[in-house]
Amino acid sequence: MEDPAIATEDIARQFGDYWAVAGVDLSIASGEIYGFLGPNGAGKSTLVRMLCTLLRPTRGRGLVAGYDVAKQPELVRLQIGVALQDAALDDRQTGRELLDLQARLYGLRRHDRLARVAQVLTLVDIGDAIDRQIHTYSGGMKRRLDLAAALIHDPQILFLDEPTTGLDPESRAAVWTEVRALQRQRGTTIFLTTQYLEEADELADRVGIISRGRLVAEGTPEALKRTVGTDVIVAKVGEMPAAAVDAVRAVAGVEEVVCRGDELMVHAGDGAAAMSPVAVALHGSGTRVLSLTLRTPTLDDVFLQLTGAHLQADEANTEGAATDGHGGVTTSGADGHGPDGAGHVPAAATGARGDRR
Amino acid sequence: MTDVAVSRPTTRVQARPAGFVVDLFSVAQRAVRQIPREPASVIPALIVPIFFYVLNIGALSKVTGAAAHIDFKSFELPVAVVFAVTGVSRASALVTDIQNGYFDRLTITPVRRLPLLLGLMMADLALVMALAVPVLLVGLGLGVHFRTGVPGMALFVVLSGIWGLVFTGLPYAIALKTGNPGAVNASFVLFFPITFLSTTFVPKAALEGWLRTVATYNPMTYILAGLRALVSQSWSVPTFTAVGDAVLAVGAFGLVSISLALLALRGRVRRP
Repeated sequence: MEDPAIATEDIARQFGDYWAVAGVDLSIASGEIYGFLGPNGAGKSTLVRMLCTLLRPTRGRGLVAGYDVAKQPELVRLQIGVALQDAALDDRQTGRELLDLQARLYGLRRHDRLARVAQVLTLVDIGDAIDRQIHTYSGGMKRRLDLAAALIHDPQILFLDEPTTGLDPESRAAVWTEVRALQRQRGTTIFLTTQYLEEADELADRVGIISRGRLVAEGTPEALKRTVGTDVIVAKVGEMPAAAVDAVRAVAGVEEVVCRGDELMVHAGDGAAAMSPVAVALHGSGTRVLSLTLRTPTLDDVFLQLTGAHLQADEANTEGAATDGHGGVTTSGADGHGPDGAGHVPAAATGARGDRR
Repeated sequence: MTDVAVSRPTTRVQARPAGFVVDLFSVAQRAVRQIPREPASVIPALIVPIFFYVLNIGALSKVTGAAAHIDFKSFELPVAVVFAVTGVSRASALVTDIQNGYFDRLTITPVRRLPLLLGLMMADLALVMALAVPVLLVGLGLGVHFRTGVPGMALFVVLSGIWGLVFTGLPYAIALKTGNPGAVNASFVLFFPITFLSTTFVPKAALEGWLRTVATYNPMTYILAGLRALVSQSWSVPTFTAVGDAVLAVGAFGLVSISLALLALRGRVRRP
């Protein structure tokens, strides 16, 4: 079997008393898109910064393209392209000047520089704006230029740290297309951090879910969703009488009921079959139902099941998360790794961000 | 592990370290290119010294010139040039790079660390020498005569430029150490004691008390003396001596300021 493009063994990073990454083992194959999913403060960016040689691991080991990130950073840098969380650009250069400088620093000769700039511009469509100063670019264009700069030396491995955060849907879709094309056309290994479920779902061959600095689950999106195993009926209700939960729980085929704020999440093996009885049960318990939705499990459900918190929810809803006590989700020690060696983890580092979509 | 079907390209470009010289010139080229795009950072450095040069000549020429028996226009020209070249640097731009992550982007490339600073300094040298020339031309236009001729003029510009360069070590050290634009701007206050606690307006013989003592230890005194010798004296042993002292003063100051900047660079690029 080919050596992994990226491998870590118990890699960890401590800031003061706080373990931002508390021991992560990864093995990512060459040519794979690996989605690293977690809320703000979960440790995604810290791990990326270790793997791209900007931070030293406090303990453990990281290998990128076979080189040790702590002992051989110069060799690692030749193999990787990096687009960090905020597009790191020089506003006073034109896009073309920035790409040319980047190519020079990677030792590309003039002929290769011109060819590579043309190639990445084919992949990352910026149009005529490439000869304008970067301060005139939109956020989406800056992101795409950032990606182009990361690709200028045709790296084997590409790190994308939340590449679509803050982008409008159209720009996001454009980045997705570019990432897919990179994998397909260049065979590039892509390590992608994201807090967007659909991004991981759409792009990643495999997804790692990180919570409180630890990897709590890993697999293909489909396999991860299968671990939840059931359809979900979401009932948005005006008020939440206690009788509603009991009434729904009594419906045949219902496996679990989670009450979250003004939502009742009903897990059922066959959601379509359970839909009508659930509606009847809610009506019978005197609950005013505002909407009733059936959906298949998402990675958010996986995250909820593993950590007791939603990946994408507003703060109030996350705090209001609760379980029905039927052997489902709990909010403490739910990461499956026992007590967190990280010790105290600031709430802000683990909770869902209020302004997330 | 998931198997991923891809069509691998047959050839890839080969990334490699570009080498010190390419790194240096690449960083410098970018910095030089930025200069005309930020005219607000350059124009005051040109206008202010010319303004004060003309003002000082108008206000003090008769009094000081007569009292000290000097040609005040020639005496003040080095001061005007030193005003133009001191404190002009890309340190603020460096802080911007640090703050917006572009500095991180550069350090992820195989670029050697030293050119990240020296490239900026190279651009500064080009800029300050370019700033010295128009001030010099104003002086010539007002009737200043270089007794050392064109070679003396050239040496005057080079010496001024190198002074401007070594002074940048201080704002760069602050920029790299703090990454704070406010701190970099505040570094300009260093300009005042270095420039004014010296023979800025009168010859050293006319200074008295503590100011004379401070001026004796201020490298600016020797830099101005060397520059003035190139204007007012013909090529002679005293001229060479004065220029030699100026070179030593610039070198001593540079040893401290550039060392501080290099130490700050090492701290900045050392992976935490």
